[in-house]
Amino acid sequence: QSSASVEEKLKGPIDKILIANRGEIACRVIKTAKRLGIKTVAVYSDADRFSMHVKSADEAVHIGPAPASLSYLSAEKILAAARSTNAKAIHPGYGFLSENVHFAESCKKEGIRFIGPPSTAIHAMGDKSVSKKLMEAAGVAVVPGYHGDDQDIDLLQSEARRIGYPVLIKATQGGGGKGMRIVLEENEFLDCLSSAQREAMAAFGDSRVLIEKYLTRPRHIEVQIFGDMHGNVVHLFERDCSVQRRHQKIIEEAPAPGISEEFRQQIGQAAVNAAKAVGYESAGTVEFIVDTLTGKFYFMEMNTRLQVEHPITEMVTGQDLVEWQILVANGEPLPLQQDQLQISGHAFEARIYAENVPRGFLPAAGTLHHYNPPPVSSTVRVETGVGEGDSVSVYYDPMIAKLVAWGHDRSAALVKLHDCLSKFQIAGLPTNIPFLKALAKHPAFVAGEVGTHFIDQYREELLPSASNTGHESSRAAVSIHLDAKAARQAAAIAAVGMCLTSSLGLQVLKTGVEGWGGWNSGSGFRLNHSYSRLMTMEWKSDTLENSSVPIKLSTTYDRNANFTVEVQGEEPLRLTVTGQSPGDRCRDLRLDVDGQSTNVSLAQYFQNGINSVHLWQEDQHYHFTVPWLSFEREESDDEQGSDKSHREQTYSTTAIGSVTAPMAGRVVKVLVENGARVKKGEPLLVLEAMKMEHVVRAPVEGLVDGAHLVVGQQVNDNMVLLQIKERRQNLPDEDDDDSE
Amino acid sequence: KHGAALRTVRNFVSLDYGMNVLKDSVDTQSQSFKTNLKAMEELLVELRQHVEKVRLGGGTKAVERHKSRNKFLPRERIDNLLDPGAPFLELSQLAGHELYDEPLPSGGIVTGIGPIHGRLCMLVANDPTVKGGTYYPITVKKHLRAQEIAAQNHLPCIYLVDSGGANLPRQAEVFPDRDHFGRIFFNQAQMSEAGIPQIALVLGSCTAGGAYVPAMADESVIVKGNGTIFLAGPPLVKAATGEVVSAEDLGGATLHCSVSGVSDYFANDEMHALATGRKIVRNLHHAGITKQAMVNSAEATVREPLYPPEGLRGIIPADRRQSYDIRSVIAHLVDGSEFDEFKKLYGPTLVTGFARINGQPVGIVGNNGILFTESALKGAHFIQLCAQRHIPLIFLQNITGFMVGSRAEASGIAKAGAKMVMAVACAKVPKITIVVGGSYGAGNYGMCGRAYSPNFLFLWPNARISVMGGAQAAGVLAQVESDKRKREGKVWNSDEEEAFKDKVVAAYEREGNPYYASARLWDDGIIDPADTRQVLSLCLSASTKTAPQVSSYGVFRM
Repeated sequence: QSSASVEEKLKGPIDKILIANRGEIACRVIKTAKRLGIKTVAVYSDADRFSMHVKSADEAVHIGPAPASLSYLSAEKILAAARSTNAKAIHPGYGFLSENVHFAESCKKEGIRFIGPPSTAIHAMGDKSVSKKLMEAAGVAVVPGYHGDDQDIDLLQSEARRIGYPVLIKATQGGGGKGMRIVLEENEFLDCLSSAQREAMAAFGDSRVLIEKYLTRPRHIEVQIFGDMHGNVVHLFERDCSVQRRHQKIIEEAPAPGISEEFRQQIGQAAVNAAKAVGYESAGTVEFIVDTLTGKFYFMEMNTRLQVEHPITEMVTGQDLVEWQILVANGEPLPLQQDQLQISGHAFEARIYAENVPRGFLPAAGTLHHYNPPPVSSTVRVETGVGEGDSVSVYYDPMIAKLVAWGHDRSAALVKLHDCLSKFQIAGLPTNIPFLKALAKHPAFVAGEVGTHFIDQYREELLPSASNTGHESSRAAVSIHLDAKAARQAAAIAAVGMCLTSSLGLQVLKTGVEGWGGWNSGSGFRLNHSYSRLMTMEWKSDTLENSSVPIKLSTTYDRNANFTVEVQGEEPLRLTVTGQSPGDRCRDLRLDVDGQSTNVSLAQYFQNGINSVHLWQEDQHYHFTVPWLSFEREESDDEQGSDKSHREQTYSTTAIGSVTAPMAGRVVKVLVENGARVKKGEPLLVLEAMKMEHVVRAPVEGLVDGAHLVVGQQVNDNMVLLQIKERRQNLPDEDDDDSE
Repeated sequence: KHGAALRTVRNFVSLDYGMNVLKDSVDTQSQSFKTNLKAMEELLVELRQHVEKVRLGGGTKAVERHKSRNKFLPRERIDNLLDPGAPFLELSQLAGHELYDEPLPSGGIVTGIGPIHGRLCMLVANDPTVKGGTYYPITVKKHLRAQEIAAQNHLPCIYLVDSGGANLPRQAEVFPDRDHFGRIFFNQAQMSEAGIPQIALVLGSCTAGGAYVPAMADESVIVKGNGTIFLAGPPLVKAATGEVVSAEDLGGATLHCSVSGVSDYFANDEMHALATGRKIVRNLHHAGITKQAMVNSAEATVREPLYPPEGLRGIIPADRRQSYDIRSVIAHLVDGSEFDEFKKLYGPTLVTGFARINGQPVGIVGNNGILFTESALKGAHFIQLCAQRHIPLIFLQNITGFMVGSRAEASGIAKAGAKMVMAVACAKVPKITIVVGGSYGAGNYGMCGRAYSPNFLFLWPNARISVMGGAQAAGVLAQVESDKRKREGKVWNSDEEEAFKDKVVAAYEREGNPYYASARLWDDGIIDPADTRQVLSLCLSASTKTAPQVSSYGVFRM
């Protein structure tokens, strides 16, 4: 195209934006664009054909298969989509192409505005070694480290020694914790280096690393900055993102707790200086690491895009950063000067992930069979790209939603956050909500004593694991016992809820064309006697893996939807429950339990052969599974084994020695073959999901059997990958039958 | 002025809105209400005690033995077979009550209607804890009645078979006659022919004649170990042919599913059999069911009556001689307590009118005193009206009979009564009768008594059924006796006459008692007045699944 026509295209206000992203951030951008009367174009891969961002955009263009490298990371396809829809600008969101220099340049060449900084700024800040040199020159303090291009292993090792252990190895192109390793002692250095390089290569196609001093008690504080085409740069104050797991943020707040106004001015000014040094435009975030021991802050990196956690800044400043981005892209000056910006109140953001917390925060995938977020208001935001019935796929980030809560001060905001987390109902896949609730209630967090090691420091309290529930920690054992007791009561309430919702749900049908006349009322009507329903449930703890408490109960129906539930067991429980549904949705119920009124919500779904029931009551969430009989054995089976052992077998999902996938993902390496002897803890294969490698290890010593996996194969959560068989002489007879 | 008001009203609602809503004439705070309620509650306690007793089956020992074989009780089997939480309308609960020298709880068989995968089915479950599940005369009668209801209402039949067959000592009362044991299989054949599915779940033994229940079924399931089907059991085989064979080898699940083909589905245990039974029902195809009629007739929203169902318990006078307004019963039964009365001012001793129960339009015929010529004519008219419009009829019986005396006879009450009886007998709409008080004489006929084959007939615990009242009968019989003695020249002093009368009254009281009736299956069960609306609504929807039929009549004597 001629440069003249390109120039022409870049003129005039933006009236149509293509969002080169998916999920919540795409929806977030569409929301502001709609408010401003700007048309939107979504792009989608095969996996996102029916996603929320596709539905909410004015137009949508298909850009290829599910893997991001073939769709959302394909600059050509996205530019083609922009051309075909006459989009004037592209908003890259975060991740994907948002910090891709070539993409930003290509946009400009095409006459499409890239809503973000100039490619030169992305380039300067994208390379960590370059950016640190630039910052040093601009007078912004950086962490001592090695940022050279020479990647000679001996040199890297000697540099690490110079900086002094502990050190941090990071991918030069990295971000989000990928390709990052902490090295505490010199003898670990080489192992850590090679794995960091491998991960960096896989994630960014570049294995270069840098080495930095590792601060033992650091905080992660970042500053939101904004620049325009006229050389103005302001900061919109800081965010504290210290609380992280696996080097990924999960809970962020603005402003940072426990810092002085002077410190705020200093760090803000440093961020502005950093941005000015690279001629920055649009939204950006300058990340600092703060040494809590000395109070010094060092430049870490600059994210040249809108951040995931930008809503908390919006909440405390009252600004719409996407609107600012569009204004700046239109060539307008920043809407506010530095002295016009103020912090009002306090905001938290909690990132709700599909992940298996007890398994070490492993990413999960699945269907949102039930999704009911807390109601949004001027103080509560729920940013999401999914709704009920949608799936969290293995192809992209497993974040389900961002919950943002504002309060007039930190403690008010925290109360609000915890309340909203309690009301955030998700069922169908494991989430980190219980963990976030524990975090928001933790005394140290409440006190604002945040730091990047927070989770490791309080791991025992935040993550009761199976290892500390046994004899070792009586406190945890007691808490589990109390939980189980509460769960039994909850089971009784859930049972009545199920009886009641089925009757209410069918009540609707009663009026329909079938002319049911009460047969589907679920009333349990019996002539001259009452009907009792026996139910069996298993309580699954939110915080403990593989814990299962069986609960047996009997629900007796009475006239007018009154129920008496008896929970059997050592401490029998008897409750009388009655209730009704206050709204149209019969899964929300107002129940009267032994004279005390309470709101509950229920969800029921069937997945992978398991029937699940979820109950939310007040601050608590309970997950129950409902076992049922399986009648697999047919007449062809002979009389071996008693019926009882058969029953037990049908209840249990996996046999001892089965190695199951801890998460959904792709097989990247198979390390053993059938018949190989493995020791307990020996690596068997490597899975990858969300660009994160996970080594699957042998649970017991034995011989490998039934391994048919190939590299590149997709596996599902809990899928049996292979078996580890014990030596024949140790094998019990029944197991023999199972495996033949 | 009236016109102006009307125009205003018409702006908001249609003209007939809120019309004909029955006022509750019953004062629930009054002494008489409290007295009535107390009397009814005593009757209900008695009823529940009787039901509680029969639910225990054939006694602790028999039940324990039964359970030790990995078997469930018939009502447990039914609960598991039905949709969870769904209603179950048990029929003839108290059949066999004090009928024989030995107790026979529920007549040794449990029957009733309930939904499986939403499809209403007739369930017939033997109770092997009661005399080994053998068929007494009343057992046969109850089984046949269940089949009759199923046939009339097109309900798939599910037989939960666990029976020793005919009760041998009573073979003469159960084997040879038309409505005896053999009729069960005749009915199965007839219903199967009519496209009413016949399904047998063999959960225990099916010996001799019993073997034909699964054999005649469209589909059958048999349980490994517990279920056996054979014409003769191992002892008889040994006696007859000398062959020694185990029950399982002779007629067990494996044999019948893989060799003989007598059974179609193999079940590992009872739960498996019940689950398979549910699957069979799920695979039935709904054919011949007219949904169109339902669309037109069911009202969009169902309104509850304005008065709580429990109120019915206090309406019926504790003293049977006192009269009460049947409209107060109707007010507790129909949607919104709305009752559009037909011919209100003519023949007022019979109340007729249109209403809805659970959205289903019904015509209600209720007694408010003795039937006169006008009342009978009105009844005949109304029944014809409903029959032509395919509106189900509900009879609320509280009738001492037709009026007697020269004036009544001269008015042609006999032919007026005959018209009503003709109309009732020929009306081809679902008919449900509830005996809410007395049911005496020809009144029983005109008000669709058992002889007129209502789809369902239930009694309230205060009901009485006999050809006439005990006192009247005593009077008539005493007159006859006295005349006889006079002819013979014998004196009959008043003490003797009183003793004679008391005896008659006592006999009528015993035989007119609802338990006496229910034990003999003169009805389908005794219900709590407070459950009446529920039962009516279940029965109505069970009986309105068939295609509407055209009614035609014999010769009306004019």
